[in-house]
Amino acid sequence: MSFLPHGTVYGTLLNSQGEWDALRAQMDQPPYKAPPKAPVLYVKPANTWSAHGASIPVPAHVPQVEVGATIAMVMGIGHGTVAGYVLLNDLSVPHASFFRPPVRFKCLDGFLGIGAALVPPAEAGDPAHFKLEVRINGELKQTFDFADLIRPAEQLLADVNEFMTLQPGDVLMLGCGPNRPLAAAGDRIDISAPGFGTLTNTLMAEAV
Amino acid sequence: MSMKYARVIHQGATHTAGERDGQLLLDNGALVSPDAVTWLPPLQPTPRPRTILALGLNYADHAKELEFKAPEEPLVFIKGEATLTGHRQFTRRPPDVKFMHYECELTVVVGKTARRVKREDAYDFVGGYTVANDYAIRDYLENWYRPNLRVKNRDTCTPLGPWFVDAKDVPNPMALALQTTVNGKLTQSGNTRDMIFDVPFLIEYFSSFMTLQPGDLILTGTPDGVVDCQPGDVIVTTIEGVGELINTIQ
Repeated sequence: MSFLPHGTVYGTLLNSQGEWDALRAQMDQPPYKAPPKAPVLYVKPANTWSAHGASIPVPAHVPQVEVGATIAMVMGIGHGTVAGYVLLNDLSVPHASFFRPPVRFKCLDGFLGIGAALVPPAEAGDPAHFKLEVRINGELKQTFDFADLIRPAEQLLADVNEFMTLQPGDVLMLGCGPNRPLAAAGDRIDISAPGFGTLTNTLMAEAV
Repeated sequence: MSMKYARVIHQGATHTAGERDGQLLLDNGALVSPDAVTWLPPLQPTPRPRTILALGLNYADHAKELEFKAPEEPLVFIKGEATLTGHRQFTRRPPDVKFMHYECELTVVVGKTARRVKREDAYDFVGGYTVANDYAIRDYLENWYRPNLRVKNRDTCTPLGPWFVDAKDVPNPMALALQTTVNGKLTQSGNTRDMIFDVPFLIEYFSSFMTLQPGDLILTGTPDGVVDCQPGDVIVTTIEGVGELINTIQ
């Protein structure tokens, strides 16, 4: 039986040095006016969840989607306890502004592929050593090394728990690397990481 | 027959409860005082985590107060369930903040699965209504996915209730008086008719790109008149025909 979350799924923006650097020149300009201080989070609600192997519908007005490949921690029972880690394919409609919450870009039906396996912490090892690869139609498009995180997993968790208590079953993404690959209807997306296997989803044109 | 219910904990067990002569009638037949229970958000459990959509700047006067132009499309953010709390509960004000304010909001509880719903059919998908107090702590505002979760998704910062009121008992949700008092003094007064994006619009808008499920919530925004709240303040957010939600700042 594939893993599916029991709680709220939180995404994390701008938590890799590469992603931060790519946006750094804009951070002091309007509308942002300053770099973010607290973790920048958003929610991927249950309507976005797609199991490993599932096809993900892409509406006709969306020519391409951004692939936000990441690994997330899943909270266990007991404050700050991690039950395990899971591969995620966090899809977005490309958007240039991060000023307003991204609901209409990130919360389309099916727009979060979820790895089949919840990997226990003892098997997963130190999140700073996670590395993932993204392939589209078999071609390597992105690699991401989690040593590049600005807030390593434990720090991210502490900074989030400072203002909201993650509940057992809640999911917190660690962040994505820069230069997210683009994909379109018909494309097969494979996200793999040592110890995690591969998360595969195929994009399909949404039935009208 | 009118239908409204609460969810409460009485003597360690969770019950659905109705109102009878100012008392609570529990689903086990017991009639108890409203003071004898712990009030929960008036929501039935859902098979998957419910989606909680919340609107910002959805009243023209509030948008003006906050020095923004009225938005051309809904400004919406999503909350996690852990931010919800019940009627007559406590909400924590962090030490050293300067501006924490309530927001009295009509809340739609989705009644059935909604996908690509047209606005003329939207009310068929509303199960009922309740009252939310969507607290914000403005000290933490940042211009990244604003309003950011540190402002809007804090533990206990979204009281909800006391009642779920069936949609058929709210014949016109777009003409309800709405008010907030702080320690008995009226500080916020408005009417749902002044929403920029009304309930049918919102259901059409959201369901155009995301499927709404029974039990999902839409908090529809708040009008002008938000003020700072201090520890010990008793905040009562009231919507005509829906409920009077009491919360105390801690």
